[in-house]
Amino acid sequence: MATTAKIETGGQGPAEAMRETLRMILADEAVSAVLTARRTPGGGAVMPALIADPDRLDEADPLAPAFPLNSARLLGRLTRGESRGMIAAVLRPCEIRAFVELCKLNQGSMDNVLLLGLDCPGAFANAGYREFALDRAPSGVSRDFLAAFLPGGAAVAEAEGAPPLARACRACEHPTARAADCMIGLFGEDPEKVMTLVSQTPKGQALINRLGLPEAGRELIESRTAALETLIETRTAYRDAMFEETAKATNGLEKLGAFLSGCVNCYNCRVACPVCYCRECVFVTDVFDHEPWEYLNWAGRKGALKLPPDTLFYHLTRLAHMSAACVGCGQCSNACPNDVPVMELFRMTAAGVQKAFGYEAGSDPEAPPPLSVFQEREFSEVTGGVD
Amino acid sequence: MSATSEEFQPTIVAFVCNWCTYTAADLAGTARMIQSPNVRLIRMMCTGMVDPKYVIKALLSGADAVLVSGCHPGDCHYINGNYKARRRMKLLKEILPRFGIDERRLKLTWVGASEGNEFAATINEMTRLVRELGPSEAATTMVI
Repeated sequence: MATTAKIETGGQGPAEAMRETLRMILADEAVSAVLTARRTPGGGAVMPALIADPDRLDEADPLAPAFPLNSARLLGRLTRGESRGMIAAVLRPCEIRAFVELCKLNQGSMDNVLLLGLDCPGAFANAGYREFALDRAPSGVSRDFLAAFLPGGAAVAEAEGAPPLARACRACEHPTARAADCMIGLFGEDPEKVMTLVSQTPKGQALINRLGLPEAGRELIESRTAALETLIETRTAYRDAMFEETAKATNGLEKLGAFLSGCVNCYNCRVACPVCYCRECVFVTDVFDHEPWEYLNWAGRKGALKLPPDTLFYHLTRLAHMSAACVGCGQCSNACPNDVPVMELFRMTAAGVQKAFGYEAGSDPEAPPPLSVFQEREFSEVTGGVD
Repeated sequence: MSATSEEFQPTIVAFVCNWCTYTAADLAGTARMIQSPNVRLIRMMCTGMVDPKYVIKALLSGADAVLVSGCHPGDCHYINGNYKARRRMKLLKEILPRFGIDERRLKLTWVGASEGNEFAATINEMTRLVRELGPSEAATTMVI
């Protein structure tokens, strides 16, 4: 049975209340450090940091609308191997889902980590965040953002005088994370007044018990559920429209080529992808170190060869390799220097692939990745009805 | 089987496993079974090592169809490689048709070492079907 605890925001604003809660969590005997977004010293950006000293939590800013990278791979690094303490990680739901995928691939471990998921109103793409933060005092960005994009606890995708949220966030039907130990509840009630801490696992339950926070009333729980339902509905509709538009733009190889025509093969999308975890991607190995005569051959065969070559090959291969694990965080598009709509393509394909295998990336830590298992009798349509 | 010279001659790339389908192909050859000459055989140790990128590369390079063929379920020399191949083929059949590659251009079959006739029949039937489908988009247009 889940407990929903109440965090009174009491005039200091949600960001400060959040820091106060993190101080309590860091003071907990089981927790050695907190992984959270924080304003970088000297200002300028919001980046993840592993904070061990409670005084350093003054710069923590987990509610900032910045999403410069998906922290799942970082957390994998912090949990894989010998650990001598528990990390409380404050993450967006898509970061938690990517982390769950990485743990299944032995790229991280859930053992020494306490996953604290944020009810996620979404975030800006990098450029949008800079625009939004430009004229604001760094310490006030989060509060202004929540006032504009989560008024009264109801998330909206656009607000006057602000850039829109990242497209991946607007199309995200997972504003909460099932695998989190606790969710930090922002939906349903004005976070200027109150937030919640909801346990989802025994580990999370134990934390809430130790913190001794007051229980939230039924009203608060119900209003969060209702707000979530509305938000998921809006976002699902946006997502489906995005899928339809993307499908129409890519339903032939030539059209797919046009869709990806801005790609310069920088592979930033792969570097930014939290579930693309290979140490060495095949596309940077000597498999692709071709001889000059080979290029001439290819150019000769077709009359012309697009350079750099193998753009479609790269994206289709990446789709085959990771679409079953795609969590839709949108960091691929965020990292693209040429605004290629990579996220749209990958999310659309991933939705189809995950549906085909009855799998939802990152939601259930116990569900095996579909390409790592098999049944003796399945998918007989692939072999023309022959088992 | 007598293809006229004007008839479209598709190219089919076939990834076949060493232990079953390749042996069947060998048998079909030594038994002088009549087979269409449109297939380019690539011998793999197991269908379980056919990475999706091999299939994608073949299709993007202008193959009109790709055949992956291995041992019958339960007969895999490496115990379960063919089951893995089936999941990967399912994956490709989910991904590639979105981008205009006809699902029928991807085929997975089980052909055992003694089934030379089955191999010849598979090849002939697939060539007929792909001839009907016509050249693939990757073969006729510029693919980046």
